[in-house]
Amino acid sequence: MKPLYTSCFVALISLANALPQGPPPQHLSRAQLNSKAKAENVPEIPYTSVPNLLKLPPNLYLGEGIGVATNSKGHIFVYTRSGETHLMEFDSKGQFLREIGEGLYGFLFAHAVRVDAQDNIWAVDEGSNMVIKFNPEGRVAMLLGRRPESLDGLLPTPAANAPTPPAKPYEFSRPTDVTWDPEGNIFVADGYGNSRVVKYDKNGRFIASAGRKGSEPGQLNLPHSITSDAEGNIYVADRSNRRIEVFDKDLKFKAIYDQVGMPWAVCVSRGPHQYLYSSNSNLDFNIAELNQVTGEIYKMELDGTILGKFGKSGKQLGEFSTVHEIDCRNPNELYVSEITSWRVQKLLLNSRPNTTSSK
Amino acid sequence: MRLSAICFLGAAALAPILQAQAPVREIDYSAINPLKLPEHLYLGEVAGVATDSKGNIFIYTRTGTTVAAFGGSRTFTRGGSRLFEFASSGKFLREIGQGLYGFVFAQGVRIDPQDNIWVVDAGSNSIIKFNPEGRVLMLLGRKQESVNVPSEGGEIAFPRITGPQGSGVEGDNFNHPADVAFDASGNIFVADGTVNSRVAKFDKNGGYLATWGQTGAAPGQFNTPRSIAVDKNGDVYVADVNNHRIQVFDNNGKFKMQYTGMGAPAALCISPGAHQYLYSSDSNPSGTLDHGEIYQMELDGNIVGKFGRAGTQPKEFGMVNAIDCRNPTELFVGELANWRIQKVALHAKQ
Repeated sequence: MKPLYTSCFVALISLANALPQGPPPQHLSRAQLNSKAKAENVPEIPYTSVPNLLKLPPNLYLGEGIGVATNSKGHIFVYTRSGETHLMEFDSKGQFLREIGEGLYGFLFAHAVRVDAQDNIWAVDEGSNMVIKFNPEGRVAMLLGRRPESLDGLLPTPAANAPTPPAKPYEFSRPTDVTWDPEGNIFVADGYGNSRVVKYDKNGRFIASAGRKGSEPGQLNLPHSITSDAEGNIYVADRSNRRIEVFDKDLKFKAIYDQVGMPWAVCVSRGPHQYLYSSNSNLDFNIAELNQVTGEIYKMELDGTILGKFGKSGKQLGEFSTVHEIDCRNPNELYVSEITSWRVQKLLLNSRPNTTSSK
Repeated sequence: MRLSAICFLGAAALAPILQAQAPVREIDYSAINPLKLPEHLYLGEVAGVATDSKGNIFIYTRTGTTVAAFGGSRTFTRGGSRLFEFASSGKFLREIGQGLYGFVFAQGVRIDPQDNIWVVDAGSNSIIKFNPEGRVLMLLGRKQESVNVPSEGGEIAFPRITGPQGSGVEGDNFNHPADVAFDASGNIFVADGTVNSRVAKFDKNGGYLATWGQTGAAPGQFNTPRSIAVDKNGDVYVADVNNHRIQVFDNNGKFKMQYTGMGAPAALCISPGAHQYLYSSDSNPSGTLDHGEIYQMELDGNIVGKFGRAGTQPKEFGMVNAIDCRNPTELFVGELANWRIQKVALHAKQ
């Protein structure tokens, strides 16, 4: 018996050594496989990330760094999925100033924060389906959308590919972002459920809606971020269609920019010469093959001409972990918030590319 | 066919033979609960206990209640676990990560050689690295946003990658991760866990390197990798609890050997120093007071001795989920069932 045991033991060890190391690659959806941007030979823009940006007081922690925005004084607003969703304000040096909206009825699952030209603070919450306008003092000034009543319990999850019910003028389905034109009209990206852009006047009265789920020009498949220029043109990150769509201020479809990968976050800088930034964010599950072809942010002219790119996927300072929002009030001082690193980074872009090295 | 069938029977017969060894020596030991809890502070189930280089004691405990909030068609969970630091004297020092997004269901805490604090949370599917000051440095995995909402539909659905249960997955798609360990270069090894049944390896910056294992009983497969430890040579020891074995892999996941005879290993620890020991707890299953012994082993699998049994009294163990063995004769054990830690002193052979 003993020799038999020995030979079987050897056979078992050989079998173990012959086992493939690791499972076969998992199925990736077409969108995931096509995350790589079409644009090629794009110049790299040198940049640095400011270390230890936000000074958090004891017992206060950021969660998923979902939203970041600055006001005219350079204060930094962070809308984060912490234990509960929180909106925090820091000064331009990163000192914590205050929390806004503690325990607010509309704070359920943060998605974006933006600051308008009058320094009002707008929070977009995809859990409560609300867009909440705070005045600069941090008091609620106006509401769009309404949180579902908890008496109804959890609403049933729609079946995959079920037809989208008709969108209502004043209700959102997982809204994602908000922007404004120079007259103060409000444009809401609505969102995961409705795949449309809704325009309201500055007092919150419905004016128009554009887009529905689809891939034709003018249609949208997950408008995930929205921004506007000084003319009132509206730029929509049509994430699952892997393109940016441009509409005029009357929501007439104008153009498609589809060279910059999957746009998670878009931003237009202020000033006489405006730039468009778009993040081809890496997906949130840390697969090397996908991280290698994503994670960069593009700098563009408003007409879609690509000027340069910067950044790569990673968890270290200066690398990007699923960028979710960009603030570009100053085109060479960007703030980015990230999902898979619970942080906000301040990026200093070299205004003259390739003249000095980034560190 | 016939040869393989014979081999299978032979292998099945082999296990009892290996276990039919001389009786395991009983190690003399004493145990105390070293903690002085402030008023109004209570531990719940102690999922993780670890010490840093100063001897401070970190405890990750399931306490309070996880809250699920309504949100349209989705629920969001938060709360239910807390991370505490005590001095080696047992004096309470501080809480870390109050209200943290990833604190949902404590599974473990480990301290790396640089005194960074690593929390394993099975509820948020996250491994969270804090620096010694207690601020978040790095994150692996991601808390599930919600119940599935097929909002993007069809081929352009946007889920994290999931395979059939136990098929093994890539990246940091953890599903109830169980434990984390580090090698001398800072590479990170995650035992992932009751659903994925695999080990995932990352570089020190969190870059994904490799995965190995899926559900099964063959060498290199797992039936719940529950705990993980790395020796100074970089070999990886995985507590394959429901297969009642410890599997040893090289640093890249190549199967080397497996150890049996120490019951169902629910918690592992390898002591530092020139002569390293492996500790393994045959923790009692929920609802029983069976087993409960902790084994001291050589790294080659030879059992040095064992101590303890399941129970509710001092010196007894209730569902040990973590062992800290920075000092090989002064262990800290964390117990789920008894809501406490014990400091265990092992006494030399008389």
